[in-house]
Amino acid sequence: MTAPTDFTLAGARAALARREISAAELTRAHLAAIEALNPRLNAYISATPELALAQAEAADAALARGEGRALTGIPLAIKDLFCTAGTRTTAGSRILGNFVPPYESTVSGNLLRDGAVFLGKANLDEFAMGSSNTTSAFGPVENPWKREGEAETFLVPGGSSGGSAAAVAARLALGATATDTGGSIRQPAAFCGIAGIKPTYGRCSRFGIVAFASSLDQAGPVARTVEDCAILLGSMAGFDPKDSTSADIAVPDFAAACARGVKGLRIGIPREYRLDGLPAEIAALWEQGMAWLKAEGAELVEISLPHTKYALPTYYIVAPAEASSNLARYDGVRFGLRENGEDLKDLYERTRAAGFGEEVRRRILIGTYVLSAGYYDAYYLKAQQVRALIKRDFDQAWEKVDAILTPATPSAAFGRDEKQDDPVAMYLNDVFTVTANLAGIPGLAVPAGQDVKGLPLGLQVLGKPFDEETVFAVGGAIERAAGFTALPALRAAA
Amino acid sequence: MSLDTATVRRVASLARIRVEESELPRLEAELNGILGWIEQLQAVDTSSVEPMAGGGNQALRMREDRVTDGDMQEKVLANAPDRAGAFFAVPKVVE
Amino acid sequence: MSYTIEGETGPWELVIGLEVHAQVTSQAKLFSGAATEFGAEPNAQVSFIDAGFPGMLPVINRECVAQAVRTGLGLKAQVNLWSRFDRKNYFYADLPQGYQISQYQHPVIGQGEIEIELADGTTKMVGITRLHLEQDAGKSLHDQHPSKSYIDLNRSGVALMEIVSEPDMRSPEEAGAYLTKLRQILRYLGTCDGNMEQGSLRADVNVSVRKAGEGFRTRCEVKNVNSIRFVMQAVEAEARRQIEVWESGGVVEQETRLFDTTRGVTRSMRSKEDAHDYRYFPDPDLPPLVLEQTWVDELEAALPELPDARRARYVGEFGLTPYDAHVLTLEKETAAFYEAVAKGRDPKMAANWVTGDFFAGLNRTGHSIGDSPVSAGNLGSLLDLIKDGTLSGKLAKEVLEAMFETGKPPSAIVEERGLKQVTDTGAIEAVIDDVMARNADKVAEFRSGKEKLFGFFVGQTMKAMQGKGNPALVNDLLKQKLAG
Repeated sequence: MTAPTDFTLAGARAALARREISAAELTRAHLAAIEALNPRLNAYISATPELALAQAEAADAALARGEGRALTGIPLAIKDLFCTAGTRTTAGSRILGNFVPPYESTVSGNLLRDGAVFLGKANLDEFAMGSSNTTSAFGPVENPWKREGEAETFLVPGGSSGGSAAAVAARLALGATATDTGGSIRQPAAFCGIAGIKPTYGRCSRFGIVAFASSLDQAGPVARTVEDCAILLGSMAGFDPKDSTSADIAVPDFAAACARGVKGLRIGIPREYRLDGLPAEIAALWEQGMAWLKAEGAELVEISLPHTKYALPTYYIVAPAEASSNLARYDGVRFGLRENGEDLKDLYERTRAAGFGEEVRRRILIGTYVLSAGYYDAYYLKAQQVRALIKRDFDQAWEKVDAILTPATPSAAFGRDEKQDDPVAMYLNDVFTVTANLAGIPGLAVPAGQDVKGLPLGLQVLGKPFDEETVFAVGGAIERAAGFTALPALRAAA
Repeated sequence: MSLDTATVRRVASLARIRVEESELPRLEAELNGILGWIEQLQAVDTSSVEPMAGGGNQALRMREDRVTDGDMQEKVLANAPDRAGAFFAVPKVVE
Repeated sequence: MSYTIEGETGPWELVIGLEVHAQVTSQAKLFSGAATEFGAEPNAQVSFIDAGFPGMLPVINRECVAQAVRTGLGLKAQVNLWSRFDRKNYFYADLPQGYQISQYQHPVIGQGEIEIELADGTTKMVGITRLHLEQDAGKSLHDQHPSKSYIDLNRSGVALMEIVSEPDMRSPEEAGAYLTKLRQILRYLGTCDGNMEQGSLRADVNVSVRKAGEGFRTRCEVKNVNSIRFVMQAVEAEARRQIEVWESGGVVEQETRLFDTTRGVTRSMRSKEDAHDYRYFPDPDLPPLVLEQTWVDELEAALPELPDARRARYVGEFGLTPYDAHVLTLEKETAAFYEAVAKGRDPKMAANWVTGDFFAGLNRTGHSIGDSPVSAGNLGSLLDLIKDGTLSGKLAKEVLEAMFETGKPPSAIVEERGLKQVTDTGAIEAVIDDVMARNADKVAEFRSGKEKLFGFFVGQTMKAMQGKGNPALVNDLLKQKLAG
């Protein structure tokens, strides 16, 4: 029999429906795995076993009454950026202190509505700012994957949703919520050998998610299969009148789309993503992905996205600018950390210096600077214009293609001490993912192969706004063709 | 455009983040590194390009004028680092 | 002759512009569903949105937008079908989000104008630069504790209209007249209650001074002045201060100041010292505000008649004097009262009674038109009793006094007190006969040509009838009888 932690989410759902396993058993198995592995991986900031068991019991009762819903009894990790009523929410920051939200984010609320069990709050880069999950005030997350022959080298899980990805990869949850502002779902998914989708901007409500950059932030799931991601997104997504940027568009059956196949689809291959110095194995994997899709009946079309190279600098104006404003509310007055000062200004400055980590402070300063008098036009306005050009590139591409295939990341997972002294080198991690945030389009990372050291590598599928179904169809085809079965070194029941 | 120490100090003050004098040189170098890299945007011709402000395309949705929220003094104050009765409290402000 | 202040170096002109913050009349706040009602317990009308909690997002209140559009239409201003919300970033204890959601580059309402009336009877146009929607901040209380300020967020997020004038005013009187007129229009429209004591209407006053023929000199902004009288005082105090600075060889610095109402001077505002760099940018939580022209048209069609139009109608249609028309249209409630009284009656007579004895009665009894013991219907009935001859003008005044005291309709008072006017010619003739008999000498004098004595007979007759004789009948009958 499969270990309960080895189920896919779809598999667990079927087993629960057939009463082969109870939600309580499934949950206990995951809680035991967390107890065993989290001290090392640090994937969870807070585990909530009592809550999880109570939810599991309620799920079993619902299943017994024949009232199972889409996720009844499914144990999940919730990125600690989603406010959860009555459970401490930290955003990975000291500044939120022991903040206990009296409200539930819409996305986590949707999951609860559908019967999910919450195992705990997953670690993340502080305020979701980072690509390595090393900026968390609650310590770094370790990637459960190891380079061959380097069992002790601490590799990063990617970020910012590093805790979510590591937890799912190490089988400490069947799936997890995550958020993606510049690649924070797709890059850690790729680094951890799992799937993750950032849906179209507006698909998931942002209400109750601690904001980083409002025009870029989107919630999405990470899970071990494309179908599992589709099932989770189906619950997470939906119109929310409490978010003015939420799209009033019906949620289709994403899971059904995964098996659709790619016959007749036109797949764009953007010329500008062939970066100088792209590692050969990444380039090879990309070629492999093209070959798989072609073999499945898709047509490959070379396209141009000419403003691609400006995407990262654009992002590093827009995101810090919005963040500098979004994070102004952390001032030690109504909630969170307070460091006393001799007057109000001193209180603010001490609180924010002590409460925010280095990377967050750096981005707030950059954001404050680019918005300040005299620089707005040169930086922020310019970035908004380039952003419009990046979006236009995609709009033009959609006239020729149905989806776009790219690598997910420019490298496999790296060591904790690599890339840490140069902020710009770290920012380059998001080179393939950030365009989707700027253009507001969906992007899916799928595990597709391994590098020479055995670390997972992912491919990315980009789609038209609100056409996640095609993205899932392409992702499903890649997943089937790749037959990715490698397992991380650190995992439950291993 | 490059930042000098005085500008870093002013920006930190605007952002209400205390920066020790000893941290300024390193911070200045880091911020200049990032700004230098961002500088490449100036090469893009954006004349007559409408800036893209938000993440989506829709127009603002309006809600009806009904009282549906509030009336939860305790919940609002529950996380306060300092409070005085039903007020939040801060060091005295001189106007 | 234009207004100037005499300095040591000669006369100085004043240049004044007003930024008025008017609280929008609505049930709920601009971006949250919390109530706006004045006077609640501290922090009782606060949502997590208003308190700037993590993950909270704004959703706009349609009625607040409608109120801004109505106001714009009332100011004969351009309604912008595309506008946008920006964030104005600054730190303050009562600004929970660390930014105020406002409209910086693209306000919902563009240029308009207001005609103001001055004491000398002249009028003047004052330009409106723009009107935009924004959130109010909370309230800081600095006098409750020796070392702490207390924060109440009940006002946080309440919708405000910021109405910016052109620097078109040149005297304290004009500034006062502008604010008076603006308040009147807002109250007519029902878009702001205009209550300055509760802070529903506050003015930031921009003042500079200059020598005749010069361009603009540096201006200072006097913040949050909360009465029309204080606005006029603040203008003068700030102008005098600036004149002193210039004349002593100094330079006026652009800054934000406060008006000290007890000492009658302005002083620099320390807390705003480094708030100049607001880092405005479009609020990414709020897509653009796009209005349908048909919706604007519907709002326009449903607008109430405004004071200027109403005043013109009172003069043109009703034949009232410009002064009476002005007085009757100052407040929407007064005009509504007057129109209810005048409906189906002589409008001039109604105007005389409303502006005369009725206003005097309100004054005497300490009532306002809103809680007047005399309803418009009852005052109308009183006029009907005069018209049909039941009451003389003099008796009617007595009845009105009794109406103020008791709140009863005039018919009841006439009944109770037996004040009904006597129109029975026989009864009047009997009294006249008696008066003439007792004053035979005066009758003789009258008949010999001393016609001035007619008034004496009227007086005697009315006195004998305790004022209840119908004056016209008394006149007619006396003339007949005295003529012999």
